[in-house]
Amino acid sequence: MNSLIEINHLSTHFQTGDGTIKAVDDISFRIREGETVCIVGESGCGKSITAMSIMGLIEGPHGKIAGGQIRFGDKDLLKISKEEMRRIRGNEISMIFQEPMSSLNPVITIGKQIMEPLMLHQQMTKKQAYARAIELIELVGIPRAEQIANSYPHQLSGGMLQRIMIAIAISCGPKLLIADEPTTALDVTIQAQVLETLRKSKEQSNMSIMLITHDLGVVAEMADYVIVMYAGKIVEEGDVVELFERPKHPYTQGLLKSKPIIGQRKDQLYSIPGQVPNPLELTESCYFHDRCENCMTICQTRQPRLMKMDNGQRVACWLYDEEAQHE
Amino acid sequence: MQLSITTTVNKISKARSAPEASTSLFRQSIRQLRKNKLAVAGFVFILFMFLICFIGPLFSPYADGKINPAQMHQPPSAEHWLGTDLLGRDVLTRLLQAGRISLTVGLASMALSMTIGTLLGITSGYYRGFIDQLIMRIADLLFTIPSLPLLFIMGALMSEWKVPTDYRLYIVMIMLSLIGWPGVARLVRSQMLTLREREYMLAADVLGLRDRRKLFGHLLPNVFPLLIVIGTLSTGGAILSESVLSFFGLGVMPPTPTWGNMIDAANNVIDFEKRPWLWIPPGLAIFLTVIAINIFGDGLRDILDPKQNTSR
Repeated sequence: MNSLIEINHLSTHFQTGDGTIKAVDDISFRIREGETVCIVGESGCGKSITAMSIMGLIEGPHGKIAGGQIRFGDKDLLKISKEEMRRIRGNEISMIFQEPMSSLNPVITIGKQIMEPLMLHQQMTKKQAYARAIELIELVGIPRAEQIANSYPHQLSGGMLQRIMIAIAISCGPKLLIADEPTTALDVTIQAQVLETLRKSKEQSNMSIMLITHDLGVVAEMADYVIVMYAGKIVEEGDVVELFERPKHPYTQGLLKSKPIIGQRKDQLYSIPGQVPNPLELTESCYFHDRCENCMTICQTRQPRLMKMDNGQRVACWLYDEEAQHE
Repeated sequence: MQLSITTTVNKISKARSAPEASTSLFRQSIRQLRKNKLAVAGFVFILFMFLICFIGPLFSPYADGKINPAQMHQPPSAEHWLGTDLLGRDVLTRLLQAGRISLTVGLASMALSMTIGTLLGITSGYYRGFIDQLIMRIADLLFTIPSLPLLFIMGALMSEWKVPTDYRLYIVMIMLSLIGWPGVARLVRSQMLTLREREYMLAADVLGLRDRRKLFGHLLPNVFPLLIVIGTLSTGGAILSESVLSFFGLGVMPPTPTWGNMIDAANNVIDFEKRPWLWIPPGLAIFLTVIAINIFGDGLRDILDPKQNTSR
């Protein structure tokens, strides 16, 4: 499979009164055509900022992409003009958000909001766009499409709105769909429906999905490839089956241990001790060292590099680095 | 006047943190408006005023406004329901013709100031930075000068430069909207500052929409309810300001009649004491029209203000 988008050494920094926050710190990954890549991590680990960086929505004066490259086709998304980026957004790369209730304009009908990108990017006439909007509403599994097209966001439920968001996002046949915690605000039964909608629309158009979530259940269900982020860095990545069966990094192991397993009774779920480090106080060390059960001396003084393992998994941990054994 | 509009509208903008859909809101609003008897009465009166002012003179035998020295200063009679003025013209006919002008000036200057205010408010609230500073400082500048003296100066300038009477009407409209737009611009801007940070605007960004589309397609509909209320309330204000100007002979000049320059008769002691039919009707017309507009505007505001509704 060809790679669709390649992120190389991306760093996104925010300037605050107290110093620079490295929200995304030198991360690299790629998404192949038709692949679903999940980015997992706690709140504040840089998942959403990665997505916003790809969309070109990091806005000054505080936020800045400090370096790196985002190769999409033959273009570098960080180098092209604003106008070019605007033409890619919603057309070739689209995005859905966590809160469907607030992601749609309350005073515009659903139909018009679906028609908008079609008329803008695909140069459709009003009539064509309306017909396509009806098709799209049906495609995401909402009955009575005509009636829905003429209603306003507050008349629909959260699950329906999220499916409308998906309809808008896939309307122009994007190559990449970024879904930023698309099911977090929905209850469990609706979650399943929304994920199903996502999977179906993916199958129909061979688009790639970059799914950001902290729900490991969603990961297991959707992902081909998983990237685990911690404090702005990738700590482990790999094929979903490998990663779930043989997690290497202590953080990933912790995450998987803290997930409830159906059929097993436990008085208390495991939780990783400690807190995410303050992004302003990061030092030259493994960012996870103070929460890690296997912390060694080297972990406190040097940052591990992301290494390839034999099975294709990559992990950034001194436990697996031969260099650590020499010291 | 200006102050009360500003505070009431601020209330609205605070209360309407989550605006509802416009069409369904529109239907709901009409249903609620019907319950508010006073507002309905106000609306009916405004409608009535418009109808008789624009249609009434067509049925009047004195609509040509000819001077008739034989009929000078007649008190109300079967022939002249509201008497005649010093040139023998029918006061009722002139009152209605004046109503056309006064209402038109009120509406037109409202429309103009709303357009300017909205455009500038949207631009400065959305883009912020230098353009915002520029627009808002100009607005502040206009705010610092009390509007009535400013209007007087401009009116006096018009007289000084001998602007033809026909044009004065239009210049008065422009003058009034020049005074009116800063208030509108401030309100729209403050709304825009919160609206632009809404998640659906980020979603609009993600769709790659052009700025023009974001401003007029997505943001403008969200401030519409606000605009309707300020628009209604400021029409009354504009009618009043025009009357004041014309009363002092600085606005629209005779022979073009307006309610303001008709009350000018009250400046003359003899007319004031002996011929009340000259100045009471235009006075009442201004009073009732402006009150009706304000009551209607208040009614609209109550509907669009969910907080007040629940407290009732």
